[in-house]
Amino acid sequence: MTVLITTPTPDQPPPVSSVGVIGWLRKNLFASVTNSVFTLIGLFLIYKTVPSALNWAFFTADWVGSAKGDCSSEGACWVFVAVRIKQFLFGFYPSAEYWRVITSFSLVGVLIAWLLIERTPKKGMVAAFTVFCYPIIAYFLFYGGAFGLPVVETHKWGGLMLTLILATIGMFCALPIGIVLALGRRSSMPIAKSISVVFIEFWRGVPLITVLFMSSVMLPIFLPEQWQIDKLLRALIGIIFFQSAYMAEVVRGGLQAIPKGQYEAAEALGLSYWKTMSFIVLPQALKLVIPGIVNTFIALFKDTTLVLIIGLFDLLAVVQAAFADPEWLGFSVEGYVFVASVYWVSCFSMSRYSQHLEKKLHTGHAR
Amino acid sequence: MSNSSKKQFWWNNAQYRSLFFQVLLIAAVAGFFWFIGSNTLQNLEKRGISTGFGFLSQKSGFGILQSLIPFSDSDSFGRTFVVGLLNTLLVSVIGVFFATIIGFTMGVARLSNNWLIAKIATVYVEMFRNIPLLLQIFFWYFAVLRTLPSPRESWSAGGVAFLNIRGLYLPQPLFGDGFAFVGWTFLLAIIATFCIKRWAKKRQEETGTQFKIWQTAFGLIVLLPVLVFFAVGSPLSWDLPSLKGFNFRGGMTIIPELTALVTALSIYTATFIAEAVRSGIMAVNSGQTEAASALGLHRSKVLKLVVIPQALRVIIPQLTSQYLNLVKNSSLATAIGYPDLVAVFAGTTLNQTGQAIEIIAMTMGVYLFISLTISAFMNWYNNKTMLVER
Repeated sequence: MTVLITTPTPDQPPPVSSVGVIGWLRKNLFASVTNSVFTLIGLFLIYKTVPSALNWAFFTADWVGSAKGDCSSEGACWVFVAVRIKQFLFGFYPSAEYWRVITSFSLVGVLIAWLLIERTPKKGMVAAFTVFCYPIIAYFLFYGGAFGLPVVETHKWGGLMLTLILATIGMFCALPIGIVLALGRRSSMPIAKSISVVFIEFWRGVPLITVLFMSSVMLPIFLPEQWQIDKLLRALIGIIFFQSAYMAEVVRGGLQAIPKGQYEAAEALGLSYWKTMSFIVLPQALKLVIPGIVNTFIALFKDTTLVLIIGLFDLLAVVQAAFADPEWLGFSVEGYVFVASVYWVSCFSMSRYSQHLEKKLHTGHAR
Repeated sequence: MSNSSKKQFWWNNAQYRSLFFQVLLIAAVAGFFWFIGSNTLQNLEKRGISTGFGFLSQKSGFGILQSLIPFSDSDSFGRTFVVGLLNTLLVSVIGVFFATIIGFTMGVARLSNNWLIAKIATVYVEMFRNIPLLLQIFFWYFAVLRTLPSPRESWSAGGVAFLNIRGLYLPQPLFGDGFAFVGWTFLLAIIATFCIKRWAKKRQEETGTQFKIWQTAFGLIVLLPVLVFFAVGSPLSWDLPSLKGFNFRGGMTIIPELTALVTALSIYTATFIAEAVRSGIMAVNSGQTEAASALGLHRSKVLKLVVIPQALRVIIPQLTSQYLNLVKNSSLATAIGYPDLVAVFAGTTLNQTGQAIEIIAMTMGVYLFISLTISAFMNWYNNKTMLVER
């Protein structure tokens, strides 16, 4: 006698050990003996470091006060940072003129947000304003000397403000030079090509410190005596040269990714070299390299700390100088953690933004 | 245009035009250099600075904190250059060593099946990559190493190594008379292993017989020198550091500047190496691994013969450029006073002699030479391992 079961028996539920929290734990943390050992080591590390770090930074830290005596608990003394925050942000800029710095940075913040957010109207006009008018406005706001604004000498600039100024000016001036160098490097004219190659490889081959040394020590020798260049401008010139070489390599990467057919099609339409480049190739290439540009900007932003070696007071230098205050000795860890978190938040968010762009702009060019 | 359309203007001819542009370019560059050159001559004359490299043989008159070759203040400025260069190379080599180890470990850990380990590695990479290197150097030097105990209360590891605010004190090996034999045996063993490996590979290709190369290599490179070492009567002793008065005497001292610099450099560079390793491994198509398993290769052979060679093609170029960055970043030493090339030569020597042009040119020349050599190697490697598409 045969028994035919025509209706399938219902599926057994998966064993408890392979689903839910237990299943996840088994799969991801305790898959094998070595794996479990590693997990335990990891847990031990976290147990050793995270609670004490959190305790120090938050739970037993002092937040309010105005003097060293207000830091009575054993954790971090954020009072040190709070008391000096104005100096950390603005350096030795006169406090009556802070509004100028704030206005200038808010303005550029609005402009950049306008350009980055999708679906805002009149992007072209705003971009033109940012590139051509904003620098002039910013110059008079920061430096003064016109419209009744008193002059603030550059040696009073400092702190986060100086860091941002160095990074953004370095970036915006380096981009056009970098594009020209990249075009030069891919040019068919042998002399233009070799000059670009030598320029790029020279600046990429030396450390930024030697470039800064060179610009601070040698520029006064290279230029006529009557041209007095101040320290900030000298550092900026060095940074721009250095950065433009890196920018050129990023742009070159974009140019190489454009298929040959695009060049040939443009040529077939009878477009000249400059028209081919500015209407066909560069718009596509620059779009591709935006993430790369953001990455070099991050690198530059971190590298601006080096200007403290030639005596400019950027954020790190101002904080470092504050440690020497006899009333606030022994708070270097707090100071470093503050600077580190400023840099970390900025760099991390920028790198996330660049990754997001990379995904969004991936429209099938990259092979 | 009014003239006949037959006539071609020279600026419409691509060849002439490119010639014209290039002549213009050369003129501009030449003019630029002439401008700089004439200004420089004028300025130098006004300041009374003589040009030339004669200063290199003058007496330096200053001491250097750490030197790999004997150096005193009666040595020449030329020797300060060598001392600085050697210190830069020392930092770079130690930094590259540790950065590679940490970087590879973290890169592999980020791809681990273990969720916790992967997350810890991610946190490490994201944390240290986004903080400026100079800040990290300062942190290790001023916030960590400056808070170490004084020599009297130093931390001790088994009574042979000591750590205190003055530095890290390690036992120094003293090589006896016969030790050269051990070194030579070691060297010969490496050469012999290399030859045996080539022979074994050739034999395997011809006959298919495998040769136990790893066991042979271990025996030759490790066991043989050890045997020789004991045969010549263990000619090695250790000079232990010991507390005499206020400080340690004897042994090897690693100055805190070096420790801070190496720690920061390796931790920072390792984050980038970890990313390179991760991207390299991820770039190997999973079909490759599956195909290798389908062929019946053992898991270790899959890694060794299929995954790693392909991953290296992606990893090596990024790795070399990170090594290069490490060498260039070691110049940050000057900020904490470690006597590297920039600190000693472009810093102290420049201040003492005022020969800015020569000194900056020599310093930049050294870094340029290192970078160009490494990129030449990289190009050679890229060409050698490039995928030949059919």
